[in-house]
Amino acid sequence: MPVRFQLNGILIEESEVPPSMTVLDYLRESEGLKGTKEGCAEGDCGACTIAVQLPQGNVEAVNSCLMLVPQLDGLSVTTVEGLSQPDSPLHPVQRAFVDNHAAQCGFCTPGFVMALFAFEQSGEAATAETVHEAIAGNLCRCTGYRPIVDAAMSVDCVPEKHVPPALEHSSHYTDGDEDFFAPTTLTELVKLRLEHPNAYVYAGGTDLGMRASKDRESYGRVISTSHVSELKRVEQSDGSVTLGAAVTYTDALPVLDEIAPSFAELVRRIGSRQIRNLGTIGGNVCNASPIGDTPPCLIALNAVMIVHGPKGQREIPAEEFFIDYRKTALNPDEILEALRIPLPQPDMLFRAYKISKRFDQDISAVVGAFALEVEDGMVKSARVAFGGMAATPARANACENALIGKPWVFETAIAAGTAISGDFTPLTDFRASEDYRMRVASNLLRRLYHDSDENDFVTEVMSL
Amino acid sequence: MSTARQMDQIKGGVHTDVRHDSAVNHVTGRSVFIDDMPNVPGTLHGALVKSPHAHAVIKSIDLNAARELTGVHAVLVADDIPGRNDVAPIFEDEPILAKGLVEYIGHPIAAIAADSMDIARAAASMVVVEYEELEPVLTIDEALERESYTSPPQIMRRGDSARGISDAPHQISGEVRCGGQDHFYLESHIALAVPQEDRDMLVYSSTQHPTEVQHGVATVLGLPVNAVTTEIRRMGGGFGGKESQSTIIAALAALMADKTRQPVKLRLARDDDMVITGKRHDFLFRYEVGFDDTGRIEGIDILMASRAGNVADLSSSVLVRALCHGDNAYYLPNAHIHGYPCKTNTVSNTGFRGFGGPQGMVAIETVIDHIAQDLGTDSDDVRRANYYDTGDRDTTHYGQKVTDNIITEIVDSLSREIDYPARKAAVAAFNQENTILKKGIALMPVKFGISFNLPTLNQAGALVHVYTDGSVHLNHGGTEMGQGLYIKVAQVVASTFQIDIDNVKISSTNTAKVPNTSATAASSGSDLNGMAAHDAATQIRDRMAGVAAEHFEVDESEIEFRNNRIYARNDSLSFAELAQLTWEHRVSLSATGFYSTPDISWDDETMTGRPFYYFSYGACVSEVVIDTLTGENRVLRSDILQDCGRSLNPAIDLGQIEGAFVQGMGWLTMEELWWDEKGALRTHGPSTYKIPGSRDVPPEFNVHILEDAPNREPTIFRSKAIGEPPLMLALSVWLALRDAVASVGGHGHLPNLDAPATAEAVLMAVADIQERAGDGT
Repeated sequence: MPVRFQLNGILIEESEVPPSMTVLDYLRESEGLKGTKEGCAEGDCGACTIAVQLPQGNVEAVNSCLMLVPQLDGLSVTTVEGLSQPDSPLHPVQRAFVDNHAAQCGFCTPGFVMALFAFEQSGEAATAETVHEAIAGNLCRCTGYRPIVDAAMSVDCVPEKHVPPALEHSSHYTDGDEDFFAPTTLTELVKLRLEHPNAYVYAGGTDLGMRASKDRESYGRVISTSHVSELKRVEQSDGSVTLGAAVTYTDALPVLDEIAPSFAELVRRIGSRQIRNLGTIGGNVCNASPIGDTPPCLIALNAVMIVHGPKGQREIPAEEFFIDYRKTALNPDEILEALRIPLPQPDMLFRAYKISKRFDQDISAVVGAFALEVEDGMVKSARVAFGGMAATPARANACENALIGKPWVFETAIAAGTAISGDFTPLTDFRASEDYRMRVASNLLRRLYHDSDENDFVTEVMSL
Repeated sequence: MSTARQMDQIKGGVHTDVRHDSAVNHVTGRSVFIDDMPNVPGTLHGALVKSPHAHAVIKSIDLNAARELTGVHAVLVADDIPGRNDVAPIFEDEPILAKGLVEYIGHPIAAIAADSMDIARAAASMVVVEYEELEPVLTIDEALERESYTSPPQIMRRGDSARGISDAPHQISGEVRCGGQDHFYLESHIALAVPQEDRDMLVYSSTQHPTEVQHGVATVLGLPVNAVTTEIRRMGGGFGGKESQSTIIAALAALMADKTRQPVKLRLARDDDMVITGKRHDFLFRYEVGFDDTGRIEGIDILMASRAGNVADLSSSVLVRALCHGDNAYYLPNAHIHGYPCKTNTVSNTGFRGFGGPQGMVAIETVIDHIAQDLGTDSDDVRRANYYDTGDRDTTHYGQKVTDNIITEIVDSLSREIDYPARKAAVAAFNQENTILKKGIALMPVKFGISFNLPTLNQAGALVHVYTDGSVHLNHGGTEMGQGLYIKVAQVVASTFQIDIDNVKISSTNTAKVPNTSATAASSGSDLNGMAAHDAATQIRDRMAGVAAEHFEVDESEIEFRNNRIYARNDSLSFAELAQLTWEHRVSLSATGFYSTPDISWDDETMTGRPFYYFSYGACVSEVVIDTLTGENRVLRSDILQDCGRSLNPAIDLGQIEGAFVQGMGWLTMEELWWDEKGALRTHGPSTYKIPGSRDVPPEFNVHILEDAPNREPTIFRSKAIGEPPLMLALSVWLALRDAVASVGGHGHLPNLDAPATAEAVLMAVADIQERAGDGT
């Protein structure tokens, strides 16, 4: 079946290109739309940013380099060429860029314009904070950003309300010997998984997509989870929150803001808006990277992975899900259906800290997640988990033991920090040395202690 | 300004805020970069086979499998080169394809042209190379030890430094390092070579140096220079990375095009770009200084060792500029500054905005801090004690008199504006109250020499045509990489003719129009090309004035070009009418212009002379905060005052200042090039190599251009160069980070903090100073 989408207002039924073709290549090579640029092919520079409108109406910025053509199914795509015609006035975002001298070499500019177009369509108020967040996924090497931020702040326009057309869904796109399956029900998904044990289970594709964009691989078979309704649910009940495995970071944020603000803050630092609009917590979990940002939080929060196979559902505690370097407890015929996060009790101290070279859009050197129950000044329970300290995200048992049953005082925090050296032997690589990782992990206990004391002082540079 | 006067002014003349000529095309995605040019049918795509070893002999290469792959048109190695396998910009023997020996990880060995980039890359992976590994030299320290250099050491000497040091009341010595920096232009290297008749070659190259590309292609193909044309409309950023390195890419594309007789596009993917092409040089500095009780330097010895990489490229020139800026704004009475371009089995480093100047300043600013630490005094007092002055303290260590010194005026003006003493006191008060977060604040003065160090390079040409409808065609040797050179030169031409800038058509840089050009580098673009275009326009204008004088029957001195018209007493003609009339009079409306910077000299033997036509000045104060638990850090505020002479375009110059500062800040803080023990660069894309994002820019960022400061030299409309100087203002950030770290030890110890000051480096420096201060917490 062809995939159907709108491109700058024109309906496209595409059945000719390979399913592994990236949207960026498609736009530039097949459609001749050269305004969208390749700056890195790994979703980190934003030069390839386009805007997509989802069937429910919201407009989101995405990295076209990481997206495969079949992922466009049902979407309305706007590229920089679609914002204004050569003989008509510029779009207000474009106008603001021109008026603020916000473009120098011009190579990053279309990507910035599209990121800010999506931002403006969201109707959010432009503040320094929201603008930085909106363009955290776009790099400019010329301007120093000040005029770009000024341009974003100066745009004053009402978002246009377009009703996206309802397009027939393509559940199986194929070209030659490549297949892209896009089931809509859990039953179909589980069946496809059983039939194609070697297929890639594809959520947002913000990591897997690099095989197409950078490594120029063809996938053979892909099973997309994006259209499976059971995997898109966000439910709050019985003292827990259940997030479907295909819920994007963006869609998970409102509920995370509610139940664990510190977790939500960390999620806001995962990739960029472009990444978070595609990427999913389920994908982050199944990717099982030792430096994934969400697993330590899920372990500390005592989350449960709900997996589904031919024999039905089973549950795996988060801390047992990561069994080795990039290996999960999923059987080959199983898929991750959802994550269930118990609601933290009101008196629980939960904090997640991410340490990286750059605040935005960076991969962590260390992530520390802490869930402490303190009663009458004593630590009743403690779940502490780290990323970046071992081959898998893991609990810090020695650290926890140094906390449990002790008074929650500075000395306990120091002792628990010191105890971490018994938990991990981290690696040295280009993100951080072993020594740094260990010092930081240990010091995060001090940060936690100061953080827990309302009368204490500011502890993070971003708070100033 | 009166309304009448405004009406008298042309649109887009010099000293006005004209927007970038491509602004609308940029925001609409209509600007054409090389990869956006329409594909001519039959265009092939290139890929390279790269060395996986830092140092190895090539025992054999098996190209058969790659050649047999469907869609592959050529698989070429060094032996296939018809001309000379050498694109060295200064020395020689810098091959585009390895000749039997690979000298860094990423060293190109073979070039493949195929129907698509994917096929070319697939073929590249099928080339089988047998190596015999040799021991690599990877670091500056190893190369220094072995005295392994890409060109001879260079020495600047004045007076008796040893005596100056030993006779001084105080002596210190120390060591500091700064890292390299990837250019990270958003458009990676690209060239499109299109074969013409008779083996002629047209090359579209993303280059700052079309002439060098032309020479490189001619050399590699064994053709005379006139058989090759290079053209470039715009680059997606350059920053020095496309000064010499683009020649390699262009020559490889041309080689493949010459062999296949089909157009070949060679575009490096980001990771290949970062692995294959050179970067800013990292440096090691060792210093020994003698000074008096006020901190005034009496003698200094600085060793500057750079990592040149596998070949010389521009390393010797970068080193000379580092040596020339080892003084920054300070008078060094007895100086011995000696440089070593270390040959290593890593990618050949190259020019990058500042071109060694920023690195040289890292050394001297560390010295200033160290002196202040040793004396227990304020580093700003030490700076002041050492600034160039009039009388016997006005000559640089390479013999150039500093005649345009305004450093104290700039520093004082900035300090007053921001109430610097109160800001310092506030930082100290913050640090009293906070144990986890610590602030730092620092001032960085900059004096930067303008002109290519080598006098020969300081020349430029332009070509101007006036058509009979009064429209003007402008061409010159400078290239556009976003910095706004094209619009500035167009403003010069508009002002010279006194016509609105809309009448001036800017055209692509092309070696067939203006030959024998220098690179658009060393901040020289508008100084040189602006003058050359001014010369061309003035010639035509003078001829037109002659025709007008004849027409109005007045003396030529009575002809005035003003606001799109030509006036003679009470008569006037429009510019277009006079253009038509000039043609009718059979007078040429076309001219080539030329400029060579006057009064400059350089003696390579003694390393003395007047290499710089003038100096550019600036000052910046930055305030930072560090987290002593994690090393995380952030710039809170920066205030800049920058000398632009009489700016040709304040809006464009502001963009240059802000952009350079943020780029410099990235170099000194988060941008870390990390090589593993085998010599492989492991930070080779934006996921691993972090340049500043919008949130990293100081939330309070005040940038001002120094007013009423015309260049004392007769430069183009008394403006000053702006591309590089503000980058060095970012050293204020690094100095402020050092200040914050020093505060942890009660300012009792000099911090061991090199550049880049990543979160990790800051935390380690904090731990080190806590240990030295005997405070283990």
